Amino acid sequence: MAKYIVKRVLLAIVTLFVLASIVFVLVRLLPGDPFSNPKMTPEIRANLEAYYGLDKPLPVQYVTYMKNVFRGDLGYSMKYEGRTVNRIISESFPFSADLGIRALCFAFFFGIILGIIAALNRGKKLDFLCILIAIIGTSIPDFIMGSLLQYFFGIKWQLLPVAQYTSFRHTILPSIAVGFYTLASVSRLMRSSMLEVVTSDYTKTARAKGLSEFRVTFKHQIRNAITPIITIMGPTVAAVLTGTFVIEALFAIPGMGKYYVDSINMADYTLVLGMTIFYGAFLVIAILIVDILYGIIDPRIRLSGKKA
Amino acid sequence: MENLLEVKNLTFSFHTYGGVVKAVRDVSFEVRPGEILGIVGESGCGKSVTSSCIMRLNPEPPGFFEGGEILYKGNDVLKMDKKALRNIRGTEIGFIFQDPMTSLNPTMRIGKQIEEVFVGKKNMSAAEKKQKALEILKLVGISDGERRYKQYPHELSGGMKQRVMIAIALVGSPSIVIADEPTTSLDVTIEAQILDLLKNLQKTLGTSIILITHDLGVIAKLCDRVLVMYGGKVVERGTVDEIFYETAHPYTKGLMQSIARLDTAKGEKLKPIEGTPPDLFSPPVGCPFAARCEYCMDVCIDTPPETYTLSEEHKTCCWLQHEFAPDTDIKKTVIKKGEVE
Amino acid sequence: MAEITRERFKVIGKNTKSMESISRPNIGYWQDAWRRIRKNRIAFFSLCLIGLYILLAIFAPMFSQYDYSTQNVNEMSQSLSSKHWFGTDALGRDLWVRSWMGARVSLTIGFAASIINACIGSILGGISGFYGGKVDMLIQRIVDVLYGIPSMIVTILLMVVIGNGVHCLIIAMCMVGWIGSCRFVRGEVLKLRESDFVAAARILGVPDMVIIIKHILPNVMGLIITNLTMAIPGAIFQEAFLSYIGLGIKPPGCSWGVLAKEGIAQLRIHPYQVVVPAVLICTTMLALNLLGDGLRDAFDPKLRGTE
Repeated sequence: MAKYIVKRVLLAIVTLFVLASIVFVLVRLLPGDPFSNPKMTPEIRANLEAYYGLDKPLPVQYVTYMKNVFRGDLGYSMKYEGRTVNRIISESFPFSADLGIRALCFAFFFGIILGIIAALNRGKKLDFLCILIAIIGTSIPDFIMGSLLQYFFGIKWQLLPVAQYTSFRHTILPSIAVGFYTLASVSRLMRSSMLEVVTSDYTKTARAKGLSEFRVTFKHQIRNAITPIITIMGPTVAAVLTGTFVIEALFAIPGMGKYYVDSINMADYTLVLGMTIFYGAFLVIAILIVDILYGIIDPRIRLSGKKA
Repeated sequence: MENLLEVKNLTFSFHTYGGVVKAVRDVSFEVRPGEILGIVGESGCGKSVTSSCIMRLNPEPPGFFEGGEILYKGNDVLKMDKKALRNIRGTEIGFIFQDPMTSLNPTMRIGKQIEEVFVGKKNMSAAEKKQKALEILKLVGISDGERRYKQYPHELSGGMKQRVMIAIALVGSPSIVIADEPTTSLDVTIEAQILDLLKNLQKTLGTSIILITHDLGVIAKLCDRVLVMYGGKVVERGTVDEIFYETAHPYTKGLMQSIARLDTAKGEKLKPIEGTPPDLFSPPVGCPFAARCEYCMDVCIDTPPETYTLSEEHKTCCWLQHEFAPDTDIKKTVIKKGEVE
Repeated sequence: MAEITRERFKVIGKNTKSMESISRPNIGYWQDAWRRIRKNRIAFFSLCLIGLYILLAIFAPMFSQYDYSTQNVNEMSQSLSSKHWFGTDALGRDLWVRSWMGARVSLTIGFAASIINACIGSILGGISGFYGGKVDMLIQRIVDVLYGIPSMIVTILLMVVIGNGVHCLIIAMCMVGWIGSCRFVRGEVLKLRESDFVAAARILGVPDMVIIIKHILPNVMGLIITNLTMAIPGAIFQEAFLSYIGLGIKPPGCSWGVLAKEGIAQLRIHPYQVVVPAVLICTTMLALNLLGDGLRDAFDPKLRGTE
């Protein structure tokens, strides 16, 4: 297990290093000279030059840049005067994290339940309904889901607010919009995983012991069926994150996603790149944690140190 | 002595996409206290399904009973409600499955899996349950019980796992244990150990065992009586000696000739039974073995054979025992012509 | 039941004909897959729908009197009518034509990016899996590192740098998109390479090239095609997403993502402007997903011969 963790951590560090280097190279490749933009104020220009050391030779620039990145200093915004990328992230990230966690909880809770219901009613109408929801869920892009939710629940039926992020009621629609795709894929995976478990030999053993159906389902089947779900946690975090990009813009939530989309549209390159590094690092670490968690939860991996 | 279990005219089928599969057709037998009953036959002959029927472990649907009754101590298992059935499972009848590798829950500790048999049945304290579990672990030959009690299945070897399975089957002190090919997935050396263990446990505990296997060697080693199944039917039954030395069905004879024995002469070839078992989607009208039988007669193809009683225990389902049948190397020793069983 | 008479008791011996009767006709792998896809009504319908969309994308803009970029101040935001089948947008452009122009872009990107990714991934994964050794090590280390970087992030970065447009989108999506299929093909090839029938071919002295073409390729082809089908909706979605956040196709050019973005701006007043692209995107994704499911079943050897 320790060997496995060390290997994964090393890989994560290399990945981050590569990501930071790619960003550096891309900054040099940006069309024209983004730093000599006439619209830039002298103050911003001075900040940027100090950060990148633009007057020094490339290798020195690279080293300075890498040092900064690994210290956690992501530089200055080109459009928001006097604000560092770090500050923008620290102000907006809590909103995104909140939305992301709500969406994940919503998706996993209902996805798992839906999957279990479908599997236990295999071939019946309820199963068909669950599959239908899952397939529709994977076929609707989140921004379309978000705008449909806004239209029906916010505008047509006036049930829930369509913008801002100030109370629990405000969080419902964006969380559903972000989480629905994940819900669908979780429920599909849970269904197939559950179906495998339902016909497994140890289920038969449990029945032969004279256990009640309730106990067989909860103590034996769900516990085993849920383990594979954890493997998709990593990609899921990534999916939820890209979901927040558009949903935050759509629901006017002052999170990172909104800044990210805005900065792309306003060509605020330093903000885009800085946030990209942050997002990348965040995801790499999130996936790393999920992988290690998976090892802890499944006793087979916990002890052998190998992925089953 | 009173029979513990009586299976009468059991017929069990499965609905599948291709139609109805008649897995068990009109099977009858009984289990007496303290005996080991062997059920032998090749893959797909219905022996596993038959044994699962006794505890209603076949999924229903797609499986369903077309007829017959299964009397456990006089009560019909097929008419029991869920609760009564649960009380039989584990505590009255134990079950040892074929593959110990997949039959234990990988995410639950061994001790817990053994103790589960008592859940919802006897009011026992946690300490009592643990006591029982440790006792049974010792009984099935697992030495450091305290340590094993806390381990997960993947930490045990195949033979160990099968011992745990036997422990689960026995912990509720059942009067019958059904062992469905308990040694098929084990090494030969381990197989011998497990078989010895079963035999010893049967002697000390006085439990009846239904042993399902395709291995005649296992039958010879352990069993008192034998049922030979083919194509979902019982084709021959009798004591071990009768089955081995007074074989009265061509299929049983084929089985014998296909395995090596100590008295197989050097240079003598083993004879496989050619062909494949019948398609149970549309079982043959006559004798199920007719197509592969070297003694096949016209009558075998379209008329199901009657049951002939050859001795008190020995019965066979074969037209060769009919008075019109020609003499072959399968001896005709009918003492009574029975009705179709 | 026939009469039991003495004549009928005569040993006739084994019936070798019915002993091992095989009632199923012989049928090839691809034939069987095609037969099963046709029998799977949902998958076949999906295939037809995608075919229909492709035809409409090619021909609908040609046979319309409107142009996708001509603005008309007199006909702004008109609802669905016989004149404008899908209505018009906020700038008075005909949505029927724009939708199918958008389909050209979205479908082109979806298919092109997925096919290119599948090709790169399969070739690299195949080499990596079949030859192993140093080549495998090298490819796998690159894949391991790149796999850790979220593909959407890399794609966005590349888009920021190389600019907008169909080609740029495809290039950006292909930079990292091949990794998934590379890993998967490598795994499959590795499994096949170790299989007994490949070992048998080796022992018979069959050259590597022939083993790849005759033994390995047919066995992974079904899986590659299935994966490809499942990847297309992902690519279409990615295009829509990028266009939506302002990185993909720039106006007046249009794709389904652009149409959805423009529609969402009008959501409160003219909801139909979202509904049109939304329905097109969703039905396409749905059809491709269902087709993928159907293909997976059709190519699954375990389900062969079943109805």
